[in-house]
Amino acid sequence: MTFLALEPIRILLYLVGICAFVGANAAYLVLAERKGAGRIQRRPGPNEAGWGGVLQPLADGIKLLAKQVMVPPGTDGLLFRAAPLMVMAPPLMCLATVPFGDTLVARNLNVGLLLVFSFGSINVMALMLGGWASRNKFAIISSARVVSQNVAYEIPMLLVVITLLMVTGTMDLNEIIKQQAGWFWHWNICKVWVNPLMPVTFLIFFTCMLAETNRAPFDMAEAESELVAGAFTEYGGMGFGVFFMAEYANIVVGCCLATILFFGGWQSPIGVLSGGLWGPVWFLLKMYGLIFTVIWIRWTFPRTQFYSLLNLSWKILIPISLFTLLLTGAMMKLPLLWNKFF
Amino acid sequence: MSLTTAFRETYRGFKSLLIGMRITAREAAKPSITMQYPHETLKMPDRFRGHVKLILDPTTGKSRCTACNLCVRACPSDCIDVEGMKREGEKKKSVTEYHVDFTTCSLCGSCVEACPSDAIEYSKAYNVVSQNREDFTHMDLVKDLDKEAKVWAQDHPAPATPPVAVAPPPPTPPSVAKPTPTSAPATAPTPAPSASTAVARPQSPDQPTP
Repeated sequence: MTFLALEPIRILLYLVGICAFVGANAAYLVLAERKGAGRIQRRPGPNEAGWGGVLQPLADGIKLLAKQVMVPPGTDGLLFRAAPLMVMAPPLMCLATVPFGDTLVARNLNVGLLLVFSFGSINVMALMLGGWASRNKFAIISSARVVSQNVAYEIPMLLVVITLLMVTGTMDLNEIIKQQAGWFWHWNICKVWVNPLMPVTFLIFFTCMLAETNRAPFDMAEAESELVAGAFTEYGGMGFGVFFMAEYANIVVGCCLATILFFGGWQSPIGVLSGGLWGPVWFLLKMYGLIFTVIWIRWTFPRTQFYSLLNLSWKILIPISLFTLLLTGAMMKLPLLWNKFF
Repeated sequence: MSLTTAFRETYRGFKSLLIGMRITAREAAKPSITMQYPHETLKMPDRFRGHVKLILDPTTGKSRCTACNLCVRACPSDCIDVEGMKREGEKKKSVTEYHVDFTTCSLCGSCVEACPSDAIEYSKAYNVVSQNREDFTHMDLVKDLDKEAKVWAQDHPAPATPPVAVAPPPPTPPSVAKPTPTSAPATAPTPAPSASTAVARPQSPDQPTP
């Protein structure tokens, strides 16, 4: 393992690894999505390309790559071309700080959580620019929706994360995982003695993650039935393909984050088998479990109306997350006060 | 008061979401019901009406059609054309040509109902397609029957039983038989167990030869 100590090679390997991980996930989650949709609707899903359809993403990719990237006249050419890049880059950046195992992390920052959230919010801007640069009324309506939706859901998400930060006391993602060592009741989602509303906190986080990644039932950015394809209306070929892949890459990042913050990351749920190669196994199991839930939710619920989407955030999620924040603070500080005065 | 209402509604909404997810999970556990069409096809129900076809008599491997022309007369669209002839050693005529103009056929089924000897039925063919108009204006049912008869002959290597007269039934008026060089003079036909076909079936060795 001496060659891994060489920093440039290590970084290069992680770069290639993360790109491959995101690419493979984006490609095969599309297949998983279609297969999952088929399963729920009692049909087999794509099953012609390769054995059981395993070559479907490859076929889709070739088809998209073979198409011409067309920039419609009158669009803002630079922004139009830049938007797919800007939407794909943040998830790649976020994964740099995600610890897949005890030592399997590209760059362990002590502000990892902050970095993930700051890069995660670029996604909104990319979608907005893409829609705005398209010079298309549907795309612009979609851009407006994306912004108001993401602003609305960023708030409860960050409130929930602040609650967690008060519990963990660190922004280092690996440190947050290490605090959840042991059996599964040491995971943050089960720490009801810290805050009895911890499972609710996770639900809020998960809901916000769905909304932030523009997933059904909150896929207002790409409301096919009313807005053609939303912000991606004018995109064709791989430009559209990149937006599509970025959606899945963002889901991967969101589920990674949920795994780290609430499900103990690479920690084993049974106390043993936690170290070494078992770490990534547990991590990926938990992550794909959450991704499966995301797909399951998409094919269960119809799209919400836009005002009920905003109502959910402003009238329900934000008050509850504020309440959990206050409750956590109170439960942490009241014993200290008690000790001081009595 | 409104706070409790909000809580109750949130709780109810969340519960309904869980119920919805339970339903989809249950559906996902059930087997897929898709018919992979080009690879597998549905069995057509008994009452499916395709174009008419000649029935292969499973005991003789031939058609039961006696070229009586009742179906031709029953057809409201005038799309059936039947020719028959009398073969040697047989009491009845047998069909030699059976053409249906499928472009004018309305699948009414009058021919099937009119047939006195149960010689035609609806086929189960639903994906009939051709690049040739002739295939539909002159649908050759005898040719289709020949194909079936070949398959039948492979399954039944033993020669077909020679026609045996069971009982003398009331004679039916002989219809106009097409004189062919090999046909014997017609007598009053008696019902034979089956009619022979004029098809390219392997001739039975015990068939009487002139």
